[in-house]
Amino acid sequence: MRLAKAETTVALVGNPNTGKTTLFNALTGLSHRVGNYPGVTVEHKQGRFELGQRGVRVIDLPGTYSLAARSKDELVAVDALLGHGVADVAPDAIIAILDATNLPRNLYLVSQLLELDRPLILALNMSDLARAQGIEIDHVGLSRALGVPVVPIAADRNEGLEALQDALERIISEPAPRTGNRAELPAPLNAATDEVQRVLEQAGGKLGWTPCRAEALRCLVDVDGEFEARFRALLGEEFQQAVAAARTKLPADRTPASVEAHARYSWIDDLVRRFVARPEQGRASLTRRLDALLTHRLWGSATLLLILAGVFQAIYSWSAPLMTAIEMAFARLGSGVEALLPAGPLRSLLVDGVLGGVGGVVVFLPQILVLVFFITLLEDCGYMARAAFLADRLLVRLGLSGKSVIPLLSSFACAVPGIMATRTIDSRKDRLATILVAPLMSCSARLPVYVLFIGAFVPDKRWMGGWIGLQGLVLFGAHLIGVVVAAGVLLVFKHTLFRGPTAPFLMELPPYRLPHWRNVVSRLIDQGRAFLVRAGSVIFAVAVVIWGLSYFPHPASIHEHYEQARASVTAPEVLAQLDREEAGAYLRASVLGRAGHLIEPVVRHAGWDWRIGIAVTSSFAAREVVIATMGTIFNVGDDATAGEGALREVLARATWPDGRPLFTLPVALSLVIFFALCCQCVATLAVIRRETGSWGWTGLTFSYMTTLAYFAAIVVYHGARWLGMGG
Amino acid sequence: MPTLDMLHPDSRCRVTQVLGEHAVSQRLMEMGLIEGSTVEVVRFAPLGDPMEVSLHGYSLSLRKSEASLVEVEQCG
Repeated sequence: MRLAKAETTVALVGNPNTGKTTLFNALTGLSHRVGNYPGVTVEHKQGRFELGQRGVRVIDLPGTYSLAARSKDELVAVDALLGHGVADVAPDAIIAILDATNLPRNLYLVSQLLELDRPLILALNMSDLARAQGIEIDHVGLSRALGVPVVPIAADRNEGLEALQDALERIISEPAPRTGNRAELPAPLNAATDEVQRVLEQAGGKLGWTPCRAEALRCLVDVDGEFEARFRALLGEEFQQAVAAARTKLPADRTPASVEAHARYSWIDDLVRRFVARPEQGRASLTRRLDALLTHRLWGSATLLLILAGVFQAIYSWSAPLMTAIEMAFARLGSGVEALLPAGPLRSLLVDGVLGGVGGVVVFLPQILVLVFFITLLEDCGYMARAAFLADRLLVRLGLSGKSVIPLLSSFACAVPGIMATRTIDSRKDRLATILVAPLMSCSARLPVYVLFIGAFVPDKRWMGGWIGLQGLVLFGAHLIGVVVAAGVLLVFKHTLFRGPTAPFLMELPPYRLPHWRNVVSRLIDQGRAFLVRAGSVIFAVAVVIWGLSYFPHPASIHEHYEQARASVTAPEVLAQLDREEAGAYLRASVLGRAGHLIEPVVRHAGWDWRIGIAVTSSFAAREVVIATMGTIFNVGDDATAGEGALREVLARATWPDGRPLFTLPVALSLVIFFALCCQCVATLAVIRRETGSWGWTGLTFSYMTTLAYFAAIVVYHGARWLGMGG
Repeated sequence: MPTLDMLHPDSRCRVTQVLGEHAVSQRLMEMGLIEGSTVEVVRFAPLGDPMEVSLHGYSLSLRKSEASLVEVEQCG
């Protein structure tokens, strides 16, 4: 007798674009948990709902067309169905969601799911759309033939959900023996599968679980697939030989995969003939008409550019006021705390460390939410696939696919949301490559740094009646260099790290649909929370550490020295100057300041002195900090907006000990290129860590970018000097 | 024998064979490009690659390099 369990696990599985997420959200409301499967980039979503007296845990599996896993990411979904996944038990029931407007291809997965011999329900989603297109599905007949419940639903309108839950309750409480119609695989394939299964069963002790027939079939058919690789790793060469021997007994004129696909599609043809009546005309004509425009040679590309420009503009301009508001709120909070506490380490920790750290996290939220909002809309309505279709050719030579175009362009505003947007890329290799180069796109935080150095040290030469200026050209070059270097880096990765065949680009172009608000809200909550909690904690911790390094040891002797100096003056501007000098003295005496002296021999190759070294080092947490740090080091004060003009003047006057000017055009250019290429952003690194689940990829991004930036700065410095651009 | 990537937009064809050994051809077949399926070429992307085809009532985008594994006979 089976004990009544308090909680039942149900897996939700289906092809991509079938409305799986919409059904998941409709069943579970907006409360669910998102995590990552260990070692892969696939996200893992669980939710709950009540079914009578029973609590039901729903696992939303990544969309898949088949159980033939060809990558670790695809294996995740299959493993969860087999009970090797996160839960370690097979689900009590499987809900397969099918697109009723596109039944034949959806039934391919069903034919494989039926062979798992688990309680199964088919949810025929978008049955309202199918009816509107004149497609008639005899779901009662289909259910009788397959021996599983078939429930028509319209997940976006909450239609049919009760019937689905009733069917679920019945199938869980009284699991009936399965008697329905299955795809009939040819006898030689079955015999060979039996042989592999026998080998697997004999090895059962070594494995710790008894592989089912579906696993044996996948080992046999998916040559060089994930299942074969897994069992070879566990059972060794002997198993490999047994599989090879079983394969020799199959007819030699076709591949096992082709035998399987044929058998399944003839089973599907038979079902479709018996239970589906559809009009001759192909897919929805609205989609056809829209695509004639949106994938048109000229208008399609123009629309894509327009949409990209719009999204980009929105990240920039919609989030800018919110970011300013957040920064102001934290500044006000900081001065509030300053008024309450006496000067000292505690006040400095709270204001500069804690509040600065939290503010540094929260400030990214507007950009992330704006981008996630647009991406969910574009994805939900079906446009994302068209964008990838249009752009694929441009990116395929770099080893990427069209799906990388939106994450990469978004990274020009900010790499943090850009990297989060790579979740729409299903090939792991493409996704990692995109994440690795996204921080090279010149983000908005680099802009103030460029403006400072270019404005101060690049001569304001103009040509063509003032339309083209040297400063503008350098600014453009600073943005372009990231793209050029990214292309080079991708080519190198393509031939080293990500060697091997390009991932296939078989992508469905789904019919256009109206996006569902619930999916948008759900994604906003998920990604906002993922950033704040997972990435935020790392960013915060680093902010506090950097604060500590730039505060301590904070010697009392400096304070005494400036107290004495202050005692003899009364003029407020002199007092303010003394305060600024005192702040500068503390920074120069801090751990970070001493490190600046230590690294001077290293940064000198790029034409920098130890003060520039400190400013650059301290900006590794967030590059825009360099302006405030320079202000403090050069005794201008750290109020960047008020002090920028003053800072430019002070920088222009700064000299080496022997009196030569410190900031020359070559030094300014070497700084610009360093900031263009260097990975000075803890938020980006924290998000890479969160999205890849690995410190290795995070470390790689940081080290390759920093190395490139350092050597590029040296080359540019010496190059510019050689060209006679001064000191 | 012509392959799918050689066809012009708006032409229809029947799949006769899917070449290639493993992963890609298996994926093509799972998506419905198997012997006997009727496929319509809808369009090529503005830069000439990938292409869009329609089969089994849905639209699929694939690169020409993948389509060249699909042998077809034209049917009007």
